[in-house]
Amino acid sequence: MKLHEYQARDLLARYGIPVTGGGVASTPAEARTIAEQIGAKVVIKAQVFVGGRGKAGGVKLAETPEQAEQVASQILGMDIKGLTVEKVLVAEAISYQKEIYLSAILDRTTKRVMMIASSEGGVEIEEVAKTNPDAIIKIAAHPQLGLLDYQARELAFAIGLKDGKQARQFAQIASALYRVFVETDASLAEINPLVIRDDGSLQALDSKVLLDDSGLFRHPDLEALRDSSDEPEAERQARESEITFIKLDGTIGCMVNGAGLAMATMDVVKLYGGEPANFLDIGGGAGKDKVKAALQIILADPNVKAVMFNIFGGITRVDEVARGIIAALEEVDTQVPMIARLTGTNEEEGRRLLAESRLIPAATLAEAAQKAVAAAQA
Amino acid sequence: MSILINNETRLLVQGITGKEGEFHTRQMIAYGTPVVAGVVPGRGGQTAIDGQVPVFNTVREAVEATGANVSVIYVPAAFAPDAIRESAAAGIALVVCITEGIPALDMVATYEFVQQCGVRLIGPNCPGLLTPGAAKVGIIPGNIATPGPVGVVSKSGTLTYEAVDALTRLGLGQSSIVGIGGDPIIGTNFVDVLAMFQADEQTKAIVLIGEIGGDAEIQAANFIKTNVTKPVVAFIAGQTAPEGKRMGHAGAIISGGEGTAQEKIRALEAVGVKVARQPTDIAQLVKEVLG
Repeated sequence: MKLHEYQARDLLARYGIPVTGGGVASTPAEARTIAEQIGAKVVIKAQVFVGGRGKAGGVKLAETPEQAEQVASQILGMDIKGLTVEKVLVAEAISYQKEIYLSAILDRTTKRVMMIASSEGGVEIEEVAKTNPDAIIKIAAHPQLGLLDYQARELAFAIGLKDGKQARQFAQIASALYRVFVETDASLAEINPLVIRDDGSLQALDSKVLLDDSGLFRHPDLEALRDSSDEPEAERQARESEITFIKLDGTIGCMVNGAGLAMATMDVVKLYGGEPANFLDIGGGAGKDKVKAALQIILADPNVKAVMFNIFGGITRVDEVARGIIAALEEVDTQVPMIARLTGTNEEEGRRLLAESRLIPAATLAEAAQKAVAAAQA
Repeated sequence: MSILINNETRLLVQGITGKEGEFHTRQMIAYGTPVVAGVVPGRGGQTAIDGQVPVFNTVREAVEATGANVSVIYVPAAFAPDAIRESAAAGIALVVCITEGIPALDMVATYEFVQQCGVRLIGPNCPGLLTPGAAKVGIIPGNIATPGPVGVVSKSGTLTYEAVDALTRLGLGQSSIVGIGGDPIIGTNFVDVLAMFQADEQTKAIVLIGEIGGDAEIQAANFIKTNVTKPVVAFIAGQTAPEGKRMGHAGAIISGGEGTAQEKIRALEAVGVKVARQPTDIAQLVKEVLG
């Protein structure tokens, strides 16, 4: 789950990380009030889940509260890459001498929380990794003791902070960011840029926090921050039905059991010249209700010209899945052609059942994909 | 021979009275796996599976009473990390965690704990292990597998069954099937299993089934280059997956342009691995490399 910048900023502030003053506004009048309270030049930033919002005109400066109101009225309601701006962050516009970078990530290779810092901030860290990899310093926090103070200090000196006081402040921010990461079950906590102000002190100017969906069950306060505005309606419905669904741009709807097989099914559709309309994993042992919900989600996409079922019955019995599909079809009114490839335990019975339905049978994944591609193009 | 589990496996089931635990325990027993104990805190002294399996309060008691040497975990995500630690601390040599949805951070500390105990962890979020004709630990359907020379290692469940089924239909049996799991932090990686298959006499060819996200397949390619002399056939799922979306498995995500199927396929092909374009081709390629 993603947090908005203003949510991440509030979270960081709660852990004592210095962030710029200000607040979030949903109307131009609110933006003006916040600017008045700041009493200085402000930056107004669109709160949408897309990169490149600055280039799209979603980040602007305002000298006065009046100007803040005017700029906010331009940005609120703006469309940035298909998302409507509902909120803006109004923050003090500060001057600074340098931008640096700090983040905490989950590193799969070391199986530890990795702190990453760089003397080059304000650009994407992936970009720095390509252009100047030596400027990136990584230190893995201890898996049981956490980020140790000396590690935080090492990080500060390694990115070239020389002033003792400044290095100490950086180490404190790094330790706080680590605590944000572990106490929220994050998968990324990033401050970019962390700026060095004219007086030498550090301040977080922009931040990004991604949360581990598997950890949300123990953070109802964070779950409550969920903004589904960038989540397509179908994906939200699927999440509530405990189906994993990701909408894609193609014409062939896919219903599969198992995530790996679902990915492979999309790949095979593409291999035979089609484009998958979605990724959909109904999980193990899905019954009629789940199959029906999944089918409705797939068919709600007007681009779908054919639906392909790919079910490998292991523990799940194929005949049960077949009954689920048939029952679901009785309740879902559609003319879209459907191709079913069901194999594994009790497949003969499953095929016999489907032979009496309007589903087009296929013996292999390749055959099913070819038939689906042909049907979608017909 | 085989790897990880065999005729000497004495299995303990954590969460044996839960819906999943009970169902799969019956399947494991039906496959001929000796299930010697179940652990359910508060139900010690009872039995499970129609009186066939004694239940203990703690893993330590179960190990002392039954000599269990492998544990399989079906407990819910909130309790699974502790279940892993309990087995590791009790001296179980191999812990297999089927549970999906464990917070990744829990696995950071748990993995370290398991390492300190000198225990091998498989998973979490995996289908487990199957050594055809000998033992089944987890949820891999036994009926699709048959003994033979092909070692299978995979991040996926049903996609693995698909590949194993196709191998069996082509007359190519399997030495062992290992599902390592689709989470970002897992106990055993491709490299570990490749080393075991390389050392296993029965295994003559290896099938590696990977997917997008992380760089475990790239590490596998580097390892194969210098350490694996047996032929390897691979498939990488997610060639059409969009960036930044988690494709079902917690670890299956392309981020910052890294972890794509294409880069993994290139790395594997560069070290002589035959990469199948679709899952159905895996078995045919294995047949070709075995000659």
